[in-house]
Amino acid sequence: MSKIRVLVGTKKGAFILTSDGKRQDWQVSGPHFAGWEIYHVKGSAVDPDRIYASQSSGWFGQIVQRSDDGGKTWNTPGSSPEELQGPGGFPKGESNKFAYEGEAGTHKWYDGSQHPWEFKRVWHIEPSLTDPDTAYAGVEDAAIFKTVDGGKTWQELSGLRKAKGNLWQPGAGGMAVHTILLDPKNSNRIYVAISAGGAFRTDDAGKTWKPINRGLKSPFELPDPDAEVGHCVHRIALHPSRPDVLYMQKHWDVMRSDNAGELWTEVSDNLPTDFGFPIDVHAHEPETIYVVPIKSDSEHYPIDGKLRVYRSKTGGNDWEPLTRGLPQKDCYVNVLRDAMAVDLLDPCGIYFGTTGGQVYCSADGGDSWNALVHDLPGVLSVEVQTLK
Amino acid sequence: MIRVVLPFHLRNLARVGEEVELELAGPVTIGVVLDALETRYPVLRGTIRDHDTFKRRPFVRFYACKEDMSLEPPDTPLPEPIVNGTEPFLIIGAMAGG
Repeated sequence: MSKIRVLVGTKKGAFILTSDGKRQDWQVSGPHFAGWEIYHVKGSAVDPDRIYASQSSGWFGQIVQRSDDGGKTWNTPGSSPEELQGPGGFPKGESNKFAYEGEAGTHKWYDGSQHPWEFKRVWHIEPSLTDPDTAYAGVEDAAIFKTVDGGKTWQELSGLRKAKGNLWQPGAGGMAVHTILLDPKNSNRIYVAISAGGAFRTDDAGKTWKPINRGLKSPFELPDPDAEVGHCVHRIALHPSRPDVLYMQKHWDVMRSDNAGELWTEVSDNLPTDFGFPIDVHAHEPETIYVVPIKSDSEHYPIDGKLRVYRSKTGGNDWEPLTRGLPQKDCYVNVLRDAMAVDLLDPCGIYFGTTGGQVYCSADGGDSWNALVHDLPGVLSVEVQTLK
Repeated sequence: MIRVVLPFHLRNLARVGEEVELELAGPVTIGVVLDALETRYPVLRGTIRDHDTFKRRPFVRFYACKEDMSLEPPDTPLPEPIVNGTEPFLIIGAMAGG
């Protein structure tokens, strides 16, 4: 029988929730890295026991952790004794070194002036679809890094910041590459999303990148209706069977592109508010997508205290609220951009975590929900592994 | 022998107890102690000071014999009680936040 492993990053550590394929009885392990902010934990599709975690702290900076046994034990990559001595006996210990390539340069600051790029933390780690030792890291200040040695060292794909990076500007939460989507049908194609830079695509494995923001409208943040970059994209998602079709939750607006981001059209339709953070796609129905509407950019909680996931079975538009099992009064949590994921079982399981520390699961494609845990620290990210 | 006390989170990261001991030769300065600490525990690189510039992280402080030495340059000699191991060199996560 299949097994499900849910990887939860929180403000005070990582937790691993496991169940059999029935998804009824859950075991919780953690906190791993207790007391540290865990922005993201994600396993390799090639080797599910290989899991990467981004661990950070305002005091002590960035740490990258890696497990090679499904989360039972963890090490910073390259920490075996024979790997630690560099030339001249100087210690390596570079798994947490994210150095911008060349002159770091500047980006737009809150007041419109230019501000130097400064590494702060890793928001998202996306393991390669074909090699467990290769992974991509989306970082704040916004850039993408790549490792080909299992996280021992990281090199910037600096072409991304050449895509008008001087015009990117931090939002209230900072300026980070928070979404990395690898095209399963074209190994040279990667999509990223940046708050507040927009969406970008490379077709040459990361050497060069182009903004893909045509059709996005952000009149309150970007008065220029034709602004090529600077949009506050909160999340993009794709279905692996159809990687040219993208879905986007923007700061405001839910959007869709049918041509790899060349043009976006709005599909918010009847949503009660089109502000939100996560968006995800059903594992077996490429036109079924999920969002969690949030009242506004000033009020980061559900409307009327009712936590509702909205589902569209038509690839956007014609949204239906999903409420069974979710709190329908006095609920004022948020669901962050990396805190929703799906499993690969049939029926598909949908998972999301809240800033109030709950992780919810629907084992029936969203029709009904159960809280797997109620009282974790605020959830920053949720990923799901479907294990044989 | 130099005694170094690490903050809670760095102890866990390096998988050591509250205090570590370092054997050093020659003049004992802040920089020499940090070099030796990172050589012995490479996982601490980047957590106390920057990988390349060696600039102290803003919320990390250094104390020696009840004196705050955080703002002293790295080549500052440490007091004799630190050098002879009578007193530990303290690396502290600064009180910050609410």
